[in-house]
Amino acid sequence: MAAKFDLDDDSAVVIIGSGAGGGTLANELAQRGVRCVILEAGKHYTQDDIENDEWAMFSKISWLDKRISAGGWHHTKTYPNLPAWIVKGVGGSTVHWAGLALRFLPHDFRTRSTYGHVPGANLIDWPISYDDLAPYYDLAEKKMGVAGSKSSGLPLLPENNHYKVLAEGARRIGYKDIVRPMAINSKPYDDRPGCLQIGFCMQGCKIGAKWSTLYTEIPKALATGRVELRPQAMALQVQHNSKGKVTGVLYVDKDGKRQFQKAKVVCVAGNSIESPRLLLNSASNLFPQGLANSSGQVGRNYLNHTTAAAVAIHQKPVYMYRGTALAAVVSDEAALDTKRGFYGGYHLEGLSLGLPFTAAFMKPGGWGREVTSALEMYDHMSCVWVCGEDLAAEQNGITLHATEKDQYGLPVPVVSKTDHANDAAMRRHGLDQFRKMSEAVGATRVIDMPPYPASHNMGTNRMSAKARDGVVNKWGQTHDIKNLFVSDGSQFASSSAANPTLTIVALAIRQAGYIAGALKRQEL
Amino acid sequence: MNTGHNKPSPIPAAPMRRLERTATLSRRAFLKGGGMTALGVVVVPTTALLASSRDALAQSFQILAPETGKTLLVMARDIFPHDRISDRYYMQAIEPYDKAALADPKLKALLDDGSRSLNTLARQRFDKPYAEVGAEAERVGLLHAIETSAFFQKVKGDLVTGLYNNKAVWPLLGYEGSSWENGGYLHRGFDDIDWL
Ligand SMILES: Cc1cc2nc3c(=O)[nH]c(=O)nc-3n(C[C@H](O)[C@H](O)[C@H](O)COP(=O)(O)OP(=O)(O)OC[C@H]3O[C@@H](n4cnc5c(N)ncnc54)[C@H](O)[C@@H]3O)c2cc1C
Ligand code: SF4
Repeated sequence: MAAKFDLDDDSAVVIIGSGAGGGTLANELAQRGVRCVILEAGKHYTQDDIENDEWAMFSKISWLDKRISAGGWHHTKTYPNLPAWIVKGVGGSTVHWAGLALRFLPHDFRTRSTYGHVPGANLIDWPISYDDLAPYYDLAEKKMGVAGSKSSGLPLLPENNHYKVLAEGARRIGYKDIVRPMAINSKPYDDRPGCLQIGFCMQGCKIGAKWSTLYTEIPKALATGRVELRPQAMALQVQHNSKGKVTGVLYVDKDGKRQFQKAKVVCVAGNSIESPRLLLNSASNLFPQGLANSSGQVGRNYLNHTTAAAVAIHQKPVYMYRGTALAAVVSDEAALDTKRGFYGGYHLEGLSLGLPFTAAFMKPGGWGREVTSALEMYDHMSCVWVCGEDLAAEQNGITLHATEKDQYGLPVPVVSKTDHANDAAMRRHGLDQFRKMSEAVGATRVIDMPPYPASHNMGTNRMSAKARDGVVNKWGQTHDIKNLFVSDGSQFASSSAANPTLTIVALAIRQAGYIAGALKRQEL
Repeated sequence: MNTGHNKPSPIPAAPMRRLERTATLSRRAFLKGGGMTALGVVVVPTTALLASSRDALAQSFQILAPETGKTLLVMARDIFPHDRISDRYYMQAIEPYDKAALADPKLKALLDDGSRSLNTLARQRFDKPYAEVGAEAERVGLLHAIETSAFFQKVKGDLVTGLYNNKAVWPLLGYEGSSWENGGYLHRGFDDIDWL
């Protein structure tokens, strides 16, 4: 039975956001006996609301409140009001996510020491190492049922057609490290069924074979009787007392009324645009730059991976949409190798799109026979997404628009990103390699695509050893305010070439242990 | 750790489940078929389309000028030309404009004015309205000339979903759409590729 908290009850941990970070944290705290309130801006959809329809699901659950793309990146032209693709709903972006659960590599936690001073970048090392996080990676893989991981004991998922085409091409050009650690049940696990190869993973898994906090962490948290979930509760401001400790969260409830929920501890997990935006919107006399922002780093160092995409047209049908959306992942290029002319590495991730999204994303703005001759070969396509290390740079980030307001009366976030020279070199390398591996299995035409709206958003409240370099310490606790935490991907000090969710979950499990202990010791 | 088996998988015994790329005649298509292109089924080269059937399609517009209807229809096909997709699907993509124009005078002006100036340009160059210019390359040249206009951008932008998000179009391009109600692809060819 879900708990119920009075607005005046100041004994609970208030968590903002119910996605990978917030949803996991709530359950992990609840299992340790800690009481929590989850404020989630979006609605509580269930699996009945999930449709195998790309645009229908996009319109239903995406965060479509106004955002503005700014800076030098392609999105100012292609997606001027959709810099990022994030979910607004219980479960957050884990409803849409494809399920690829890659670990960071050890050097990813030491970008500054590994690459030195890179002009135009603002690199730092994480205050934790791979070894610090390794046990939590094990726990995260077990929790999420990552196929092929030791801790889950689950076998790999079977290879679908798209996998076979990509993997065969990769092998023919000499790649060896072809992986698919998917947080998708290869067999029934954790009271959820095995994958039926339905193929609409990014529209939400109709049967729940793919891990999402919507139907794993959240119901488990509620079942402890220690957690209350408030959907359609948009946090406006985190407030504090004269001693500089946070006291609670001002939010708009489902009826449009303003409420103030008192709190013992506040954990911000609204994903990397909303989390810094909330801290900036919480500016006060005591903290004129925004909460936890004495370093001026809140909202800066925005990372969203260096990405590119392409489709290859084969001589015979592939039907890439049949089965798990994410097929083979080539990991060879993720390893540390500075001889390729760029810093960091990348993954080549076979990621299928349905016909409607292929038509929208292949050549945004394009038309004519150049486009339609390719779309007529939709059933012969394979599709790749290049996911590579993005270098932190201070000027990339989230700021508040001076005049424009959203429906809650909050300044609209401006999401600025300008590519580093490193990005272009990495993209070119990745797209060339995909072309080679596709041609190795007979592809006759390969079409490069511009980056999609950013689905991996990180870095805007980063972890740092020294307070002046970032926003939070190694536990995700803000340097400035000890009962204010950041619990999502905005903590990342580097992006690595790995998709972020497994690391967000591992950090949330680790943070829950810290918060529970600190509460017991009455330190917060 | 997470490394996959890197050996090629054996080629399955049964042949790959391939799709015939033809439309099935839905009840909706049948009812709407009426006097127009009665069958949803396709493989009709542009040249084979009777001008009169296009006129009939365009005449069904009530708010927008009939000339606009005809222009939009030909424009839709020239923007995303698929020889194997019949006019009816292009028509379905632009039909909603008529209703929308009723509630939105700005939209009506954008479409009627845009169509008029495209036709003016066509008359200057070819002495006939755009939709009657015979050669596709010449019509496409006209569209290139107006490519940056709000009118062209609007029509092209809406067509991306108007055409490719039409479920009746999907089978024509080899896409099967929703699959959960059929139990996914686990037993329907998710791994049956036979040509690698
Ligand atoms: C299509 C797609 C595919 C992806 N595939 C993968 C993949 O294969 N592997 C991988 O690792 N990652 C993938 N990702 C990324 C992954 O989903 C995200 O990185 C991850 O979910 C981020 O976790 P989070 O906790 O930071 O935020 P989210 O999971 O986005 O959760 C944030 C939540 O906070 C809520 N919120 C925000 N602001 C407020 C506020 N002010 N008040 C109340 N609530 C608020 C939001 O509504 C949302 O529910 C994918 C993402 C997308 C969109
Ligand atoms: S392919 Fe598997 S994980 Fe993806 S939506 Fe289907 S059943 Fe769920």
